[in-house]
Amino acid sequence: MSSIEFRKDLFADERDDTLVEIGKPHQRQDILGHVTGRTKYYDDHLFDGLLHMRCVRCPHHHARIRSIDTSAAKRMAGVVRIVRPADVPRNLNTLLSLIAFGRDDEALLQPETCAYRGEPVLAIIAETERAARLACEAVQVSWEVLAHVLDVEEALAPDAPVVNPEYPNNSFDYYDRYDHQKLRFGDVEAGFSQADHIVEGEYQMSPIEQAPMETCGAIAAPETNDRYVCHTATQALFFSLGTTAKLLDLPSSRLHFIGGTVGGGFGGKVDSIVEPMAVLGARLTGRPVKFMWDRPEEMQVGAPRGAERWRIRDGVMADGRIVARSFTGFFDAGAYTRLSSYAIVKGVGHLPGPYTIPNVAANVYCVFTNRTPATAMRGFGITGVDFAIECQMDRVAEAAGLDPIALRLINAYRDGDMKAHRRVAKNTALIECCQVAAQKARWPLPAELERLSSREGGGVGDRAALPETVTDQVGRIGERRRGPVPTAPHEATGPKGRVAAGTQGVAAVAAAPQRADMQIDPARIGHRTDTPTVIPAAAGLPAQPSPQSSPQPAPLSHSASTPVRSPGPSLPPGAAAPSAAPPAAAPPTKAPPTTAPPPTAPPGAAAGQPPAPGSPAPPAATSPQPAPYTPDKPFTRGVNRPGVSRFLSGTRRR
Amino acid sequence: MPKTPVTFTLNGAETAVFVDPGANLLDVLRRGVGDLSPKQGCAQGGCGACSVRIDGALHLACLTLAETVEARRVETTGGLQQGPEPHPLQTAFMECFAAQCGFCTPGMLMAAKTLLERDPAPSREAVIEAISGNLCRCTGYEPIIEAILLAAQRMQGRAA
Repeated sequence: MSSIEFRKDLFADERDDTLVEIGKPHQRQDILGHVTGRTKYYDDHLFDGLLHMRCVRCPHHHARIRSIDTSAAKRMAGVVRIVRPADVPRNLNTLLSLIAFGRDDEALLQPETCAYRGEPVLAIIAETERAARLACEAVQVSWEVLAHVLDVEEALAPDAPVVNPEYPNNSFDYYDRYDHQKLRFGDVEAGFSQADHIVEGEYQMSPIEQAPMETCGAIAAPETNDRYVCHTATQALFFSLGTTAKLLDLPSSRLHFIGGTVGGGFGGKVDSIVEPMAVLGARLTGRPVKFMWDRPEEMQVGAPRGAERWRIRDGVMADGRIVARSFTGFFDAGAYTRLSSYAIVKGVGHLPGPYTIPNVAANVYCVFTNRTPATAMRGFGITGVDFAIECQMDRVAEAAGLDPIALRLINAYRDGDMKAHRRVAKNTALIECCQVAAQKARWPLPAELERLSSREGGGVGDRAALPETVTDQVGRIGERRRGPVPTAPHEATGPKGRVAAGTQGVAAVAAAPQRADMQIDPARIGHRTDTPTVIPAAAGLPAQPSPQSSPQPAPLSHSASTPVRSPGPSLPPGAAAPSAAPPAAAPPTKAPPTTAPPPTAPPGAAAGQPPAPGSPAPPAATSPQPAPYTPDKPFTRGVNRPGVSRFLSGTRRR
Repeated sequence: MPKTPVTFTLNGAETAVFVDPGANLLDVLRRGVGDLSPKQGCAQGGCGACSVRIDGALHLACLTLAETVEARRVETTGGLQQGPEPHPLQTAFMECFAAQCGFCTPGMLMAAKTLLERDPAPSREAVIEAISGNLCRCTGYEPIIEAILLAAQRMQGRAA
């Protein structure tokens, strides 16, 4: 308690200081129950004649069920009922179907092919937990073990085993059409061609189990008026109720859900799996049934925070301004969608982190692998990419020879800045956070950075503007269309600085690129073909950095606090591109279809690697010409499937 | 299988219950006797949520055979409050925000009580050692340590 310090001096004039509760200890309203042991969690409701349900689970990552022999289990003492997939009235669901996002892809009890270790295929209800356990062990399942895939990029290879038959390309279909979630803001390739340094990094997170003290579970019992009461540990009571109603084909008015007291959740109790199982058990037996995961189940089948792999490429000026940042992300959803698809939408909205960067691009894939399905955890969708972004910031600081806190201050967003998801930043405080952190760590900052404020310098000029954004031949952001491109694109008539009209529908065919050099070369955006497309040196390319560039933070002129969008002359709206503008990309070098590259290339193996700490001079300084930017291996790989657009799955089987 | 009668004192009250052979004390307390204050976090001796005191010593109820408490003195958090006012440990936990979801709290309180009986003026290190077998997942160790130290201070003041 005493370790918390409230900095009410920051932004003091933005509020009446009537925050009388903040900074004072306040008792939780439920804490007396907690310290006396009287708080009732779901398992603290006692029922006479309670039955216990346990599951027979798949021991393989990927396996087809040949046959199941329950004859021995059926004869065992205490066994009341064996629950089969056919007992589930509507045995296919996806959690977010309640908000019409994604297609049903997961069975409550798997009837055919298990796609992750621990997937349930059968449940046994018995008089005691011990009897249920013994009966589950007595069930004989004949498995046909199938090839499995545990790595996101291996899962996107053309010959990868199909994890989830609903999504045969092993990636979630966004808006039922696109195999990834996309962000485009400005033109990253133009930004990279202007940058003094290109810094790339690959970042990999592991799945993380929420591991609440109380495992997931629910107790259901028949109630009066032909209803079922369900006491549950869920964090999402109405999600659980709606999911149960859907899977069991019951009107939700017949379900009486009681929850709200959760023994720790952290996101791991939203998946609504135990509730339908318990209510199904009560329905099939007419008695109270408890379905509770034990600790090994919680760890093995409890949905974790999904693993993420991020590749970030930054274009950085010598003074530390980041002028372009592109992301390629692979989110490991595990075998089924659950909440991963939505986590990506949220994460992409967060890019490029709390920084004002004029050119941003992202392609993020929600990939199915034969791992435990992933779900929410604290900071849902944000934590993984923030880890990657902040590691990348340190790497950028090292490459540019800048102080890491100074780099963040130089690039921090400020009030009024336009963010990449096209909302204006408000109530920003990154600058103040960095300043206080530096102060606490006794980390000296240059005086001009000490004077920065989130409320000054933001929202002016280019910082507030929506940049012209790269569009494809049909006026949509980025390349994402399968099939022939219309032969006669219209003249550019759409409003500047906005998303081209009709991005949502077929009307977009009529829209044209905003600028001649914004014609999309498929190789220019995000993923590239295996043949590097060399962007010629531009007239506006910055001067060669000095070979003796100091490792100290570069002295900052006033312009450093106002990142410029483009070193070339700014383009008046509606004007044709002058010759000095950032160059058009080289004509698309049609690479012959090559074999798919190896799924995992060593990060930073090729050009663009940050220089070693001992050599502050950037690589460009050693060459007589400004080094042309050459893409390197980690960014060359998309979803390379012969005959299929790398950006569009479009091969739904249904 | 025949059930075994077991008699013991639970929080000072004579208690008799029939238990299944092999039943653990946690299940018997919760379902047999109806004292729901000990919690099942892992059922394998890893988390400490089921901690109870048997003859004044800290035990994990999930790993204790119910039959072994015959004629012994069992204490749970459900019996910590004597009279109208909460125990000083409970008060300190409330004041220091030492519980969030509350699932680990009954076990923490049992561990803390055992410590304070043995060492009424524990060092911070002794408190950390005493709750080292109790997991908390809402990131509450610091407030819990502070609460135990505060309770120790107050209980000493009362004794003096």
